[in-house]
Amino acid sequence: MGVFKDVGHLFRFAGLFVLAFLVFLVVRHFVVPKTFGQYGHYRGAAIGEIAARPVKFAGHEACEACHMEVVDKKKNGKHAHVNCEACHGALAQHADDPTVKPVLPDTAVLCARCHTASAAKPKGFPQVDPASHSQGLQCETCHQPHNPGMDAPKTDAGGTK
Amino acid sequence: MNISRRQMLILLPAAAVAWESVLAGTPEASPNYKMSDHWWGMLIDIPKCIGCGNCVRACQTENDVPDGFFRTWVERYHRSDWPMTESGEVTTNPLIDPEVISPDGGKEGFPVAKEDEGKYFFVPKMCNHCTDSPCTQVCPVGATFISPDGVVLVDQTYCLGCAYCVQACPYGCRYVHPEKKVADKCTLCYHRITKGLTTACCEACPTGARQLVDLKNPKDPIHEFLKTHSVQILKPQMATGAKAFYNDLDGSVR
Repeated sequence: MGVFKDVGHLFRFAGLFVLAFLVFLVVRHFVVPKTFGQYGHYRGAAIGEIAARPVKFAGHEACEACHMEVVDKKKNGKHAHVNCEACHGALAQHADDPTVKPVLPDTAVLCARCHTASAAKPKGFPQVDPASHSQGLQCETCHQPHNPGMDAPKTDAGGTK
Repeated sequence: MNISRRQMLILLPAAAVAWESVLAGTPEASPNYKMSDHWWGMLIDIPKCIGCGNCVRACQTENDVPDGFFRTWVERYHRSDWPMTESGEVTTNPLIDPEVISPDGGKEGFPVAKEDEGKYFFVPKMCNHCTDSPCTQVCPVGATFISPDGVVLVDQTYCLGCAYCVQACPYGCRYVHPEKKVADKCTLCYHRITKGLTTACCEACPTGARQLVDLKNPKDPIHEFLKTHSVQILKPQMATGAKAFYNDLDGSVR
């Protein structure tokens, strides 16, 4: 049985290997984030962190909670399905704190974005050539943005500066 | 345990810093939101898109997307009529070779198209939130993943910025953020949908061409829509399991 006579150095080597593995486990414990592997091969806490980012568009429900009169104006018009912030821009700040006053959009730019005539647009979509259509007049001279049809009452453009 | 004054001076501020992060805990954004109840996607209704660029601007505002980079963008396709020479030869195939433009991602709209020749249409593009997502599979460190509710997200504290995922995405939906130097992409406004809001692009779309859909919600109108419309996904041959559904998509779209 001369095969095992020098077995001692193998045990020393095995001991070294076990020690290195323990060091690896300890280092791994401190280096790998706690929630890594919670749902899969990624840090589970990242989901909560991404979900906690602040919101900039308040959403039309938030607008409609206060501005009921605009909902009434819009509901029978062609813009009934257009959300408030599609034209007025991101207003979560205003929804959180009504003293933050939003800037009223410039209809010359705003209306033209959607309604400038182009052969590329869907045929049924109402579109005009702004230069010849209004000769430079502001759109709200004739159209009330919240209910833009010509038969709609044009008493109020829908907001105050 | 004996602690010297010097050690105490070092330990106290360190403990104060640590205590602050203990108090902060994990951000609890939406306590009533259950990830297992949702499986998010997006419906894009091509015939409704007018190319106004509202979605692109809204996305940039909501998510602080740097100029020149896009989480969503709009392309205008122009598929010309079949070009024939006088001798009757067909020169190119417009279905294979459409003209595509997207000036600044369509953020400020598109130049006016005067002549009515051929077929024009707009194609809004964004992350397809694939079920078998190529971009998450290539990440070497586990910094990008599909969340349990089906949204492809990036853990920006973990990302190395190697841009492997940017190359892997067959739809070109990722970029490396020029300041943060980490991968960035559409989160399907995860911070909004978990609070019961819709995405910024859907909120800002004036024609309803984009609609957030929850495939796990049996009451979601998407189920009826998918039954009654000709709906496609982009690059189905890549087997990505894309969840951005395009209604009435033209065959020339790549």
